[in-house]
Order: sequence, then structure tokens, then C-alpha cells
Amino acid sequence: MINSSLKQLGTLLAEKKISSVELTQQFLDRIDQHNPEINAYIALDKEITLAQAKAADQRIAQGSATALTGIPIAQKDIFVAKGWQTTCGSKMLENFIGPYDAHVIKQFDTAGAVNLGKTNMDEFAMGSSNETSYFGKVQNPWDRSRVPGGSSGGSAAAVAARLCAAATGTDTGGSIRQPASLCGLSGLKPTYGLVSRYGMIAFASSLDQAGPMAKSCEDMALMMNVMTGFDERDSTSLQREKEDYTRDLNKPLAGLRVGLPKEYFAEGLGADVAKVIEEAIAEYRKLGAEIVDISLPNTQLSIPVYYVLAPAEASSNLSRFDGVRYGHRAAQYDDLMDMYCKSRAEGFGAEVKRRILIGTYVLSAGYYDAYYLKAQQIRRLIAQDFEEAFKHCDIILGPTAPSTAFKAGEKADDPVSMYLQDIYTIAVNLAGLPGMSIPAGFTQTVDGKSLPVGLQIIGNYFDEARMLNAGHAYQQVTDWHSRMPEGIA
Amino acid sequence: MEWEVVIGLETHTQLQTKSKIFSGSSIAFGAAPNTQASAVDIALPGVLPVLNKEAVQCAIKFGLAVDAEISPRSVFARKNYFYPDLPKGYQISQYELPVVGKGSLTIHVGASAGNENGYEKTINITRAHLEEDAGKSVHGASEGMSGIDLNRAGTPLLEIVTEPDMRSAAEAVAYAKKLHELVQWIGICDGNMQEGSFRCDVNVSVRKKGAEKLGTRREIKNLNSFRFMQQAIEYETRWQIETLEDGGTIQQATVLFNPDTGETKAMRSKEEANDYRYFPDPDLLPLQITASDIEAIKAVMPELPADMKARFEGEYSLSAYDAAALTASRGIADYFIATTAAFGGDAKIAANWVMGAVAAKLNEEGKDISASPVSPTALASLLKRIADNTISNKIAREVFEAMWAGEGDADHIIDKKGLKQVTDSGAIESIIDEVLAANAAMVEEFKAGKEKAFNALVGQAMKASKGKANPAQVNELLKKKLAS
Repeated sequence: MINSSLKQLGTLLAEKKISSVELTQQFLDRIDQHNPEINAYIALDKEITLAQAKAADQRIAQGSATALTGIPIAQKDIFVAKGWQTTCGSKMLENFIGPYDAHVIKQFDTAGAVNLGKTNMDEFAMGSSNETSYFGKVQNPWDRSRVPGGSSGGSAAAVAARLCAAATGTDTGGSIRQPASLCGLSGLKPTYGLVSRYGMIAFASSLDQAGPMAKSCEDMALMMNVMTGFDERDSTSLQREKEDYTRDLNKPLAGLRVGLPKEYFAEGLGADVAKVIEEAIAEYRKLGAEIVDISLPNTQLSIPVYYVLAPAEASSNLSRFDGVRYGHRAAQYDDLMDMYCKSRAEGFGAEVKRRILIGTYVLSAGYYDAYYLKAQQIRRLIAQDFEEAFKHCDIILGPTAPSTAFKAGEKADDPVSMYLQDIYTIAVNLAGLPGMSIPAGFTQTVDGKSLPVGLQIIGNYFDEARMLNAGHAYQQVTDWHSRMPEGIA
Repeated sequence: MEWEVVIGLETHTQLQTKSKIFSGSSIAFGAAPNTQASAVDIALPGVLPVLNKEAVQCAIKFGLAVDAEISPRSVFARKNYFYPDLPKGYQISQYELPVVGKGSLTIHVGASAGNENGYEKTINITRAHLEEDAGKSVHGASEGMSGIDLNRAGTPLLEIVTEPDMRSAAEAVAYAKKLHELVQWIGICDGNMQEGSFRCDVNVSVRKKGAEKLGTRREIKNLNSFRFMQQAIEYETRWQIETLEDGGTIQQATVLFNPDTGETKAMRSKEEANDYRYFPDPDLLPLQITASDIEAIKAVMPELPADMKARFEGEYSLSAYDAAALTASRGIADYFIATTAAFGGDAKIAANWVMGAVAAKLNEEGKDISASPVSPTALASLLKRIADNTISNKIAREVFEAMWAGEGDADHIIDKKGLKQVTDSGAIESIIDEVLAANAAMVEEFKAGKEKAFNALVGQAMKASKGKANPAQVNELLKKKLAS
């Protein structure tokens, strides 16, 4: 049951082989059993969760169920959810109870999905290992001594350990794809503007995008059908016709032009990861795809550009956490300035402070042109790289991350090496393109552990259906995505 | 040594929209604290701004009214600073690319020494941009604590900035008054200065006459009365000149005007001011305004005061002075137009009444024309009775007073008080006969060549008729009698 696809679960529910309450209870039991160690969830509320399951059962009985009615999913704690503790992984919001529903939460509620809880994450989504969370590290289910990636590390670990049927994530520079890669699951960051950001606590507004994290491309297609759509409350939400993301899943791949950017296979990519990716590419060849060599010449600039733009936006976005209206306020202070300083010094962790400082610096008078403006110009060049590349191919394949999961603490004191985790993912956010990671195999550690490797699929704008098709075809001829870590059964 | 003062204004006009600039909350004044503050206004985590199109329409209207460039693409930017009444920790404003570009406004500066007739001057407008207002800190709301009221947070403002084109307090006040009238005229601001709907920051500097380089300026913040503006600029100018003549220097600063002392005082020096770290707001797309958007606004724009003034001069043959007076405010103009339309007679008569009797009563009672107890149609029916000789102009003043006092319409009052003009020549003749008999001395004087005596006799005849005799007939008949 725990390894079933969303479609299979939907059938079981529809045929009344299991009720949503029973299915939900199974996951809640698994969470009770494994979460104390894995720490994938920050907030659980069995009362709300089971009430939703009960309501879903009634809906199924009435015959008004949707594809996701009664299916228990996990929500990244970046989404404000009414009545739920909503922390964004920060002490700043430790006691904040959501007073309204984010668009994504509302969409799943409307579809009748059951919210199992709020998943752990790097504080304000800033991190690639989930180690910056105020609520503690998250274990990678494949090797408990390793990180799950981040920032959507809790969602990734929850899906990998089968502590939910699927989960949501958000991706600003790789926060869905990198943890998906490190935890052996499928994760998709849609085209910027497809999923409303309303109620998603902002990190870097021009880059943030929510997406699904699941066991397969088919599951993700079903979730995309729920998550996407125009929302007038988000001015960057795109007014497009609703799509059915399952429509092209079973299309043959013959003739698909697959681009391989030479910069993604250069220095910095682990040899073991490279080998897995090359095997995956061979699989695509077998499926009839045509391989094209391409170049994304500004790839190396994406990290410096990102670490100007994202902190700049973050430094402003996080100004609202000032201790005045909600969130953490220092117990003792002398005056207004002291209240601001102490509340924010106590409420934010080190990585968040680092990025606020960087962002404040690059926006300061005298530095703006050299940093922010220059970075915006390079951002356009990076987008042009992709524009040029897509003249020669339909999708781009490459590694999601340069390495497999690393040991907890290994990079905690070396921010630059941590930032390099996102070398292959960040450019996609800067260009606003859709990007996806799917399991493509494993590497072996010296102590005999298998660690998953993610294959990244980058598509052109609004080409999610084609990307899901490419991923699904691969998942029909491989079984990497359905393998489970040991010790979680 | 001769000094010259150089003045530029930044005016915050609160736009008359139904809701806030980035949320659906009401902007009505005076609601209980924080009852008009939504999730967006209090900047809860995760909320996003959505631009109110009505505010954009107001900006376009203003741009058209001052003949300005309206940017096809303008950008909202974040102005970052911390303050408890600024919920997001930044104000959404426009910085590098404002919605309205260069324009101009022609002002009339009243008479002064050396300028007996006053003069006209064109003030260049640098830009106008949309932004949101902040909330309010309420100090001492409870013991030792400050309260925050976020009702005003997110109220739409249009900040209108001029070039440093004004050279006296009188010019600055004339500009502010003209702008104040204009924004109400085009219906984008209620102009209520007490409630802060229209507030001015005034940049003042002085330099030696003939100097090209501008002096260091000090900015007088938040003036919400024209009288205070005049006082503040005069004081500030004197202070700067005295400081320089005493060998001192002016430091760039923000100053506040204290109406009790009549003095300005530095608030904080600009050197210590915040670095606002402006950058384009990634939550809002650039604002695109197309030619057809502008055409749509043009179609609903009211006739502008300058155009209306020219029309009055042409269509109604009014003097430039009268036409200017009648277009001094939208209220007066509307009143005059409605009166003329209902009257149907000579517009000059209507003009004289609106600028004369009506204006005098309003002035006497400190009322706005919108509060006039005599409506344009009521006034028009009075004017009709003058035109058809039912009453004389003089009697009409009496009727008007009664109408103003709420005694009814013109016909009712004329009837009730028996004020109908006597036009029966027999009746007038007998009155004249009586007057001539009783004033033989005057008649002699007249016959001796004293023209003045004729007017005195007319006066006596009018008096004898209690003002009701038709003055033209009295003139004519009297002339006839005296000639015979």
C-alpha cells in the first residue's frame, strides 16, 4: 500500500477497498514510528488530518471525488495553512498559526486531498541540506547519517520514507530538484507563474515556485493538475488555459531531441554521478531520442548571479518579520531600535542573517549598479542561453546535483561548497523555466549504502507535459523510482 | 545684498478610489483602528500586492490634466526602511520609472507690491508617481506603549513633484492652491487637508540674485494648510538668509513647521537619513499603459478649467476676469453652468449673480458652494423673473435673501410679499404726479439744468412705489412729464 501510486490509491479508495481514514491512519502510524528519527515533519495535527479524511470518505461515498480525494499528502511548511502552525523552519514563526490558506493549500483542500502535516525545511527555504531549520536536521532515509538536501528536505524525506503519498515543495534555486535527487524521488519545479505564490512565504519572489514531489512522473502530473491555474491574488500568476498534465504521459519518445549541455558534464561533477547520468542518457537513446550537444555558456555565472539577486529580494521580503505585529519579539528591549535588533537577532538563524546581510549590501547606494543591476543583466544572458539551446533540442538532460547526499555537518561551515550544490539547478530558476529531477540510479558508499542519483530534465516554458512524458517513458523502462530505502517498511 | 528664494514642491494627494492601492480594503476616513486592515495591509507572511486599476486611472487623469507624458511602461519599486507603521518593512512606490513624466501647470499669482495686477507663471512638473501610504503610530495609546493603526496603510497616493520653479511664498501657495483645485476638479482627490488628503513638502533654498547654482535646500515636511505653508516658507527664507549673512552655512535637512511658534526646526539631517535600497518590486509586473487606455480616460475626462475658461469667454462673451472667477473651482463652474442652462437667458446675468450675491452669501457664512441653500434651478427661476420684468434687479436681491433663508421659491416669495413689479403706466404715472407735486424744488433744479435732480426724482418715485415700479418705465414717463 505505501508504495502505491496516486492512481492506484485513487482506485482503491473509489472501489472502497480502503477508506481515506484507514489510509490516512496508516500514514499517521508510520509517521509516529519513523518521524522521531527522520524529523521530516514540523507540525502534525491528527484531529484536522482525520477530519479531512472523514470528509473525503463522505465525498467518495457521494460520488463527487476527484483524482486526489482522500489521498494523504504532506505540505511544505512554507505554505500558510489556516489553523496550522506555519513556521517556515524558523524560530521567528515558531508560534505562528496560519490565519488563512495559501493558494496551493486551498487547491488541494478543494480537490479533497488530506493534509498529513507540515514538513521540515531549511529556514525560510535558505539551504541545500535542511540543516538550517530551527526545528532540527532531517535524516536522509537512504543513509540516516546524510542530509536529505534542501530546502524541501522534509518533503523529500517524507516521500522517500513513505511517510506520505506525495508532498509539495518549493524551488528558488533547486529546492525541489536537489532534495528529490538526494532522496531518490521525482520533483518538478514548474514554469515561473504557473503555480500561484499566494500564501507561500516569500524567499526570492522572482524565483520562487511551488511544485510537486512524488514517487513518479505520473503522480506529479496528477498533482500539477491541482496546483496550477491562474490566481488573481498573485500578480505574477499567468492567465492560461487549464492543462491536463497527464495527457502526453504515454507518448512515444521517438524523435525527441535531447540536448546535453557540455557545461553540465565538466569539472565539478562527481565521476560516480556522471556514470549514472550517462547510463540514463543511453536509456533515452534506446527509447528513440536523438541526442544533441548544446552549450549553456553562462552556467558558471548562475551561482554568483543568484547569490546577488536572491539575497537582495530576501533582505526586503524578510523585513516584515520585525516583532511588531506577529512572530518572535524579544522579551527585553530598551527602545524601538533595540526591539528590532534583538527580535531579529534571536528569531533568525545564521544562514538567514548571512543572506539578509548580503542582500542589504548589494542593494545599498553605491553598490546597486555593480551588483544588483549587473546581476540582472547576466540573468538575461542566462535566459538567452536557454533560448538558443531550445532552437536545437526539445528537452535538456543532465545531472540535478554534482554529488549524491553528503554527510550531515560536512558542508555546514563552508557556505560556498554548499551553494555549489545548486550549480545545475539555479540557472533554470533565473530563466523561469521548468525543471525536474527523477531517480536515475544509485552510487555505492564505502560502507555499502546505496545513494540515489537524480537526472535533471529541463524543458522550455510551459513544456511540463512533454517533460513529464519524457520522465514517465523512462520510468516505464526502469525501476529506480519505485525502490525504497531499507529499514522503513 | 539681494537674495532670491528658490522653491519646489512635493505634494501627496490621496486618490479617491474605492479601495486601497494593493488590497481590497476600504480607505474611508475615521474608522475604528485596524478595522480597515486586511491580511495584505498588515503584511502577513505569504500575502501579495495586486494593483488597483482605479489608482492608475487617477494617475492618467492627472497626467492629461497637466499635459504630461504618460509612461507606456512604469515600474513599482520597494523603498526599504523599518518603522512600526510600515508593515512590510518597505513602501511600494515608483522610483526610476514613474507613471507620469514632465508636465506643467499655469498659475495666477495675486497682486502684490510692484505687481498690481498679479501675473501668470507656468510651473514645470517633474513627475508624478503612484505609491502607498503608511499606517499611523498612536503614541500613548495605552500607558508607556505606542499603538499602531494600519487603516491608512496602503491608501493610494499620487506624489506630484515640481521643478524648483517658484520664487516666493506667494508663488508656492498659488501653485499649491491651483493644484489642490485641479485634483478635485478632475475627481481624483477629495482635497480634504484636515484629513491629510492633500499635504505638501516644500523644498526651500536661497541664493544671491543672479547666481546660477542652487543653494543647499531644506525640506519643510507635511504642510496641510496654505496659511501654514505661507508662514513656513517666509520664516524659512528669513532664517536661511540670516544664517548666510551671519557667515553660517545651510545644511541639507528635513524641517518641521511649528504653527504655535511660527518657526521651522530641523528634524533630522539628510546625511543620517536611511539608504532606502530601492529596487523593482518582484511581486508586481511593470505597469503597462497603452494608447487606448489613455483614450478611454480622455473620453471620460471632465473639461479642464483652462479650456472651460476659454469657452466661457467665447461662448458667453464673459471677460477674462469673470471667466477665471467662474472656473476657480469645479463647484462654482458646475453651479454656473447649471444656472445658465436652467435660466436660458443672458449668461452674463447668471455670471453676475453667481459671482455677486451667491458668492457674497457663501463667503459671509463660510460655506462651500455645494452647501448653497439656493440651488442653480432656484436661482435660474429668480433670474427669469428679472428677465420678464416681474421684479427689478433690486427687488430680486430681497427675494434672493428670502430664498437663502429658506422661505420658498422665487415665485412664492414674490407673491407672498407682493413684490411684483408695477408695469401699469397709469399707476406709474400717478405715482410720478405725486412725486412731482411733492418735490417742486427738485423739478426747478432740473429745469435749471441740474441733471442730478432727475436721478433724485427717479429715486423718489421708486421709493414711493416701494421699489416695485419698473425702473425703465419710471425713467421714460418722468422724462416725458418733465419735458412737457
